[in-house]
Amino acid sequence: MGQPRMILSDPATMANPMTAEADFQDSRYELDQPRQDTLRIRFFGDWRLREQLPTSEAVDRYLQSDETIRHIAFDSGELRSWDSGFLNFLVKLGKTAAARQIVLDNRNLPQGVERLLALAAAVPPKATYSDHAPASLLVRLGEAATRFGATAADMVGFLGEAVLALANLARGRARFQTSELLLVLQECGVEALPIVTLISILVGMILAFVGAMQLKMFGAEVYVANLVTLGMAREMAAMMTGIIMAGRTGAAFAAKLGTMQVNEEVDALQTLGIPPMEFLVLPRLLALVLMMPLLCIYANLMGVFGGLMVAAGMFDITAVQYITQAKVYIGLVDFQVGIFKSVIFGAVVALCGCYYGMRCGRSSAGVGLATTSAVVSAIVFIIVCDSLVTFVTTIVGI
Amino acid sequence: MDRFPAPAAQTTLSPTNPPTPAASAPAHLTVADLVMAYGSYVVQRDLNFSIGRGEIFIIMGDSGCGKSTLLRHMVGLKPPAAGSIYYDQESFWDAEPEARDRLLRRTGILYQSGALWSSMTLQENVALPLREYTPLPPRQIEEIVALKLALVGLAGFERFYPAEISGGMRKRAGLARAMALDPEILFFDEPSAGLDPISANHLDDLILELRAALGTTIVVVTHDLASIFAIADNSVFLDAERRSMIAQGNPRDLLEHCPEPKVRIFLSRGGDG
Repeated sequence: MGQPRMILSDPATMANPMTAEADFQDSRYELDQPRQDTLRIRFFGDWRLREQLPTSEAVDRYLQSDETIRHIAFDSGELRSWDSGFLNFLVKLGKTAAARQIVLDNRNLPQGVERLLALAAAVPPKATYSDHAPASLLVRLGEAATRFGATAADMVGFLGEAVLALANLARGRARFQTSELLLVLQECGVEALPIVTLISILVGMILAFVGAMQLKMFGAEVYVANLVTLGMAREMAAMMTGIIMAGRTGAAFAAKLGTMQVNEEVDALQTLGIPPMEFLVLPRLLALVLMMPLLCIYANLMGVFGGLMVAAGMFDITAVQYITQAKVYIGLVDFQVGIFKSVIFGAVVALCGCYYGMRCGRSSAGVGLATTSAVVSAIVFIIVCDSLVTFVTTIVGI
Repeated sequence: MDRFPAPAAQTTLSPTNPPTPAASAPAHLTVADLVMAYGSYVVQRDLNFSIGRGEIFIIMGDSGCGKSTLLRHMVGLKPPAAGSIYYDQESFWDAEPEARDRLLRRTGILYQSGALWSSMTLQENVALPLREYTPLPPRQIEEIVALKLALVGLAGFERFYPAEISGGMRKRAGLARAMALDPEILFFDEPSAGLDPISANHLDDLILELRAALGTTIVVVTHDLASIFAIADNSVFLDAERRSMIAQGNPRDLLEHCPEPKVRIFLSRGGDG
């Protein structure tokens, strides 16, 4: 039988600032060798999670220094209390012992510990663990590119389904509730008026102010009416309304449909044989496509009014001068271009909101992500579509 | 406790299950003259019962009787209209907010759906309470999380998100999170709801194992009879019609001897035991 030896638990842990805590000195262990092939670990004090606990490094070092040890025994007579911290120590010790083919003798452990150790070892770790390990940058880049391609294809598919739903509507076969359509019309029409009013007036004022400051250098302030009216009619009214609706209504569509997806309400529709595309997406698409031109016309009026306030208030242009100048220069076609754009933007906002809502997955986090994606995508598509329409109308000479 | 006499109308039967660690232990949790209400609508009144340390206590009753509401009162999510809840001798609702937080840290709660935070992995879900309330370094927290997940049979699922695992696994992961801080009291809201019989049975075994190994006091809201008879030491029956508790005791004793026909019918699944 070997001479008993004693080693304090890990010195690195002892040096930790947490050692200042009252009970920490108590949570320690000592090692001795009652027999040549047996290492005994004697536990002292409170082994609780709320304290900084000793590590098993001292045991590892001991086992490295003496390779004749084949058994580890325990003495918990001085152990005052324990919880998961103690259990964790033993689990790690068990792994070290298994690697060295050393047998643990759990007999003198507290009641319950052995049962919990058995419980923790009852189900082997899942083999596919590494599937979710962080991948390299190249792999992530490749995955992102693949995802982008798949998303693009999925979006085109969604657009196709929406077109088919519209075709069903035209044939009078689409199934949706008129009350739902009216409700969405109200939400994205009348209820959007205050924010559209505010933003349009402010945009009109900004255009007028920036333009008039430049035109004043040539004594041509009166042309601010042309600038504001043309700017609002062809570009700003439609675009600003589109962006407002993307942030307001598109986000609401994504959140609403996403929550329905999480609650399996969409599945319930599908299993009843009601196409969610017709029942949920179609009324939203129709409502925005119908309301956006009206909101755009309203935004035009408000923007022109905002410009008038600046022109009259700061540059001594009368209302009659302002309106006359605008009427001479601006044609109906300019408003038509803006209104055409607003129809496209309405469809873009509705489709983005509905697409991300319907594809949000099953978690509440997915709803948040869907809402963000819907707004960002809608704004990007609005700018892209605006550029395309502007390019084409310029080429064609409209 | 003399201060909290049981109402005369209720039936109290002493537990006759095999001896439990808490058979004669002092009350760990006491509900005293509790009145639960939503606005002016009283859900339950005159609730008086005690839960012994290390006891598995069932709150049962018909649908809509206020079982889950009672649990919400016990875990500090809803203040009572009247009455008190005592953790040992300390009144929960009369305590300062800091003291309430301290009391709640002694508890763990498994919600009906698991209530895992969907934007976090299982590892992050279980680690959050450890990070917030213990001085452990990240590596040790990671080890403890792995241990907790292994205890509920989810070793290796650390990096999975709640949406990627089944309902039963979510429930077990929720239990791992509830056990993160080694609570003295574990609350379970409908633990077997949505589980297949085998998974429900495993969860019952896990509850018994945790009580046996750690001596945890366990409070379960359920109307699953198989679970009730498998794990309960003691129980209380809430009646939706009379809006009060009408029986207290070991469910097997209540099934045999309770003078309230409704309780016997409930416990015999529609027959009259």
